[in-house]
Amino acid sequence: MSALEINKVFKDYGKVRVLKDINISIDSGEFLILVGPSGCGKSTLMNAIAGLDDITAGEIRIGGDDVTHRSPKDRDIAMVFQSYALYPSMSVRENIAFGLEMRKVAKTERDQEVERVAKMLQIEHLLDRKPAQLSGGQRQRVAMGRALARKPKIYLFDEPLSNLDAKLRVEMRTEIKKLHQRLGTTIVYVTHDQIEAMTLADRIAVMKDGVVLQLDSPQNIYDNPVNMFVAGFMGSPAMNFIKAPLVKLDQGYGVSLTNQAGDTYALPVPQAKQGSLDGWLNKEVILGLRPEQITHVMPHRQSEPFCHTLPCRVEVAEPTGADTLIEIFFNGQEVDARIEPRSQAPVGQVMELMLDMSKAVLFNPETQDRLA
Amino acid sequence: MTNTRPVSTGERLARGGIYAILIAAALVYLLPLAVMLLTSVKTLDDIRTGNILSLPVEIVFDAWHKAWSNACTGVSCNGVSGFFWNSFQIVIPAVLISTFVGALNGYALTKWRFKGSELFFALMLFGCFIPFQVVLLPMAQTLGYVGLANTTTGLVFVHVVYGIAFTTLFFRNFYVGIPNELVLAAKLDGAGFFTIFWRILLPVSAPIIVVCIIWQFTQIWNDFLFGVVFSGQDTKPITVALNNLVNTTTGVKEYNVDMAAAIIAALPTLVVYVAAGKYFVRGLTAGAVKG
Repeated sequence: MSALEINKVFKDYGKVRVLKDINISIDSGEFLILVGPSGCGKSTLMNAIAGLDDITAGEIRIGGDDVTHRSPKDRDIAMVFQSYALYPSMSVRENIAFGLEMRKVAKTERDQEVERVAKMLQIEHLLDRKPAQLSGGQRQRVAMGRALARKPKIYLFDEPLSNLDAKLRVEMRTEIKKLHQRLGTTIVYVTHDQIEAMTLADRIAVMKDGVVLQLDSPQNIYDNPVNMFVAGFMGSPAMNFIKAPLVKLDQGYGVSLTNQAGDTYALPVPQAKQGSLDGWLNKEVILGLRPEQITHVMPHRQSEPFCHTLPCRVEVAEPTGADTLIEIFFNGQEVDARIEPRSQAPVGQVMELMLDMSKAVLFNPETQDRLA
Repeated sequence: MTNTRPVSTGERLARGGIYAILIAAALVYLLPLAVMLLTSVKTLDDIRTGNILSLPVEIVFDAWHKAWSNACTGVSCNGVSGFFWNSFQIVIPAVLISTFVGALNGYALTKWRFKGSELFFALMLFGCFIPFQVVLLPMAQTLGYVGLANTTTGLVFVHVVYGIAFTTLFFRNFYVGIPNELVLAAKLDGAGFFTIFWRILLPVSAPIIVVCIIWQFTQIWNDFLFGVVFSGQDTKPITVALNNLVNTTTGVKEYNVDMAAAIIAALPTLVVYVAAGKYFVRGLTAGAVKG
């Protein structure tokens, strides 16, 4: 049974339509991430699930029950807010117990539940403190504790990590992932951070302008984006988009790339991806190639069918430690490549780069939709 | 002592000048109080022979005693003590009720917005600008209709109605700075309108409650116009009694009694300011910088 079903949901604010025909269904225990740039409607959708915002049309079901017109407290959900929203006048203990108290749970039972949650989140020593006496990470834990205390059907996380510093964010990310694996809870999680989305989610819904562009597993979203927006949004550094003419080769279609020296190379596109390319011969398409698909030459992979080596001049080099990002030019456009630091040629010099075309994707330059 | 540097003569002079101006200004403001205090402990002879600033020949508290218990305010000669308590009977309920209603209004107007709530608030603000005189006649009629004319309850009602505009403004501006997510979280936890108010909002409202109480206390305690118009013979507040005492024209003009009575009338507001003044400033600036 689905833990959460969102059917044909629309939301208008006055004349502005902020959610357009949202359809999502997730199973019990699934971790769904809503991701997108600010203003894409992800927070509105989360508020609609929580019941904090009414929807204009459509239906929301939680655990099989239609909750579209139920008030937030009757939906059996718990939410972790971006600002944590801890009650400032209450101790940590009272904060965690408040929801139980409101639901008329007996005192002894409340105390047990607070102990259980505190132990799980390792905040037992903080129970008698006020929120103002806690650090950012501790507040974050308490906010999660408050949600966990009630054992609701669905947990909603609204950008819970965005107020933490970078190091703590990574730690808490792992913590949330562990917690989800251990408890098997159903989670809907809003973020604008694509790395959080990739690392945490079972499934990701990429949203833009009130529309779910793609709802898929993280790997599929990464490897098979439906359009240039999804492709560009997921992954850092972003996918390279290179305008290139489609050419006919012996083994099918290919794209033509010209390096800085002016030499042109025709690189074949895998057969499996050539379905709808017939009308595009000799026209310009957009080749999407992630930086890690343009690397230093790896001899053991050179024989793979879609790996090609070509010489390129290094224009800029940005070492990140683990690998170095270099900037090169194809068809007069900037392209990022990710190479092994020791293999980098000095800036201004030419080095051989290997392009892995097996994961290349092609887009329609006008509609920005996926061609192949 | 790494940061000390020699202070030049020019800087010393400038600093001295600033202090001189500040001290002079403070003296000017303190002078009336000093005159009142000095006069109130002089004898009438002392007042007549000395000048206004001269120190008392001997300090006597007869005038204070008289002002409190047997000075004449109109026909009765029982001092201002009865009116002093009258004022408390008006001020305490009026302050508490107007503060509470203001808090509830501010809460509703910020955390449970409804269609037109901004307009509602804007209209409410007009209440802050309506002069007392404008409402005198309609209010007198209203009090007459509901049978509250010349009663303490009626006066409390008038002050509550008039004060709500200010208290609502205070609380509304304070609650606007409190994150809505607190209320949303409480809603999800299952709390209702009043539970959220009592358990979440009120416990963090101490600074603005202090501001409200000081403001309302001062306003209502110092009010003369409503007091003189809407009170009965036995429910007059102290401001009205003070006026009657000073304006009683039989016999000699007893300046020392007048001064003592005036200080008695001003004492509660002074005490409130001294006791809670620093919270007043803190409360007014609270929310400007998030703590």
